[in-house]
Amino acid sequence: MAYSEKVIDHYNNPRNVGQMDKSSGEVGTGLVGAPECGDVMRLQIRVNPETQVIEDAKFKTFGCGSAIASSSLATEWVKGKTVSEAMEIKNTDIVKELALPPVKIHCSVLAEDAIRAAIGDWKKKNNVGETADVAVAAR
Amino acid sequence: MSNAAASIDVANYPGVHLPLYMDNHATTQMDPRVLEAMMPYFTGKFGNAASRNHAFGWEAEQAVEQAREQIAKLIGATSKEIIFTSGATESNNLAIKGIAEMYRERGNHIITQVSEHKAILDPCKRLEKNGFRVTYLPVKADGLIDIEDLKRAMDDKTILVSIMFANNEIGVIQPIEEIGKLCHERGVIFHTDAVQAVGKIPVDVQAMNIDVLSLSGHKIYGPKGVGALYVRRRNPRVQINAQIDGGGHERGMRSGTLNVPGIVGLGKACEISGQEMAEESARLTALRDRLKNKLESSLDYVHINGTMEHHLPGNLNMSFVYVEGESLLMGINDIAVSSGSACTSATLEPSYVLKALGLGDDVAHSSIRFGLGRFNTQAEVDYVADKVIDVVLKLRELSPLYEMVKEGIDLSKIEWAAH
Repeated sequence: MAYSEKVIDHYNNPRNVGQMDKSSGEVGTGLVGAPECGDVMRLQIRVNPETQVIEDAKFKTFGCGSAIASSSLATEWVKGKTVSEAMEIKNTDIVKELALPPVKIHCSVLAEDAIRAAIGDWKKKNNVGETADVAVAAR
Repeated sequence: MSNAAASIDVANYPGVHLPLYMDNHATTQMDPRVLEAMMPYFTGKFGNAASRNHAFGWEAEQAVEQAREQIAKLIGATSKEIIFTSGATESNNLAIKGIAEMYRERGNHIITQVSEHKAILDPCKRLEKNGFRVTYLPVKADGLIDIEDLKRAMDDKTILVSIMFANNEIGVIQPIEEIGKLCHERGVIFHTDAVQAVGKIPVDVQAMNIDVLSLSGHKIYGPKGVGALYVRRRNPRVQINAQIDGGGHERGMRSGTLNVPGIVGLGKACEISGQEMAEESARLTALRDRLKNKLESSLDYVHINGTMEHHLPGNLNMSFVYVEGESLLMGINDIAVSSGSACTSATLEPSYVLKALGLGDDVAHSSIRFGLGRFNTQAEVDYVADKVIDVVLKLRELSPLYEMVKEGIDLSKIEWAAH
């Protein structure tokens, strides 16, 4: 299979690889996928409690090159965004940016799921509801 | 992983050029001696082997008969028992369908096994639609069938047993001699798809009681588009219903003008394989073991697929657990190997052969098949081993599963959201 240059670049130079302290209140962790399906992504965000801005993001991925690239790109995109802005990231944006072929669209879906799962985890830890979220983000 | 290329520099491996081919179960590079033998039959010696009344035909026929002898000699057959085809897929189709049709009066039951090539399984599935009963024997964790399962599956309607000689993915060699003996005791025809075995390991249709055998040119350093079917002529005489009619070539079993250059190439390839088998299999076994030992000594969580006890010399199928196969192939993209990962298949399903061993899908997703052949060198093996180790280590730094396992987390206890 031919990969796009952007996929190859993320594969060769994955951004934001690593892990953060799962138990920290500022950290949200999303673990999505399944080993039997051939891809598992773990995406973590560290959110500034004052501004709700995602100040750092880390990932690790078991999966094909497109899965690695999708999650690497996701960490780049969420950094600097507020939580609610990050919720706006769509898998189709990832497909477009990485020029993923149809058989690899599920990788982008998984990356979107990982972002949502990480944010969901953070919200749960901090008792942030949808409305409060919007209010803060509006500042 | 940006420094992958820098850390393993091909310049340090004498004589190694990229891309490097190590996928010899898929196909092989033609031996120059084979090409040399074939060349005259493309140009000056262009006759039709079926032309009985002029020198051009005689010349072609003579070349074909010599090839028949060369093939027969390699497998312990006689030349009249060799039928030429377009390749092993056709040979397998002709054997399965041709025998089923011919012996339908006697019974409608066929026995095969789950890790056969699709060129066996698909014809069997078609026969099932046409009123035949097919038993697909399981394989044990080592990849081999249990001969007791075969005994139990046989009944008075069983007309054919088709069990491959050696597996194309995991390289395991089935107990062919035992199967042949059992089939002959029960009066059942025994066919074997020997595509991966012929020319690599000793095959003797007499000693092994094989009645029908498929083989292919391009797996043994010969040309593509040519294969053969051995069909036993006595004790017992096996009859096959033709699948291609028109002219009655090949004793009526396979019509069509013979592919003379291809057949000459197949014959030459068989001759060379026979002459060099002992030396070549020893060399490839040593190279394969070198590769295996290097990988095993540098990496944890590696899993060998298929028993190494009954194994093709050039095959190594290994799972690098917690690393996904396609991402590994991407990191070693200057090396031609195969993966059982779903991501490399059109169906997005992991290898059915690996699944048949009872391996979890995650182990199947992590598998790489190395296929060493005549033209691989020790320096190439060293390069491949070093490169694979380098990329696996890097991908494991990226793998959440590897990290979790290292932290002592039991992955089977996690509730994964299957997608």
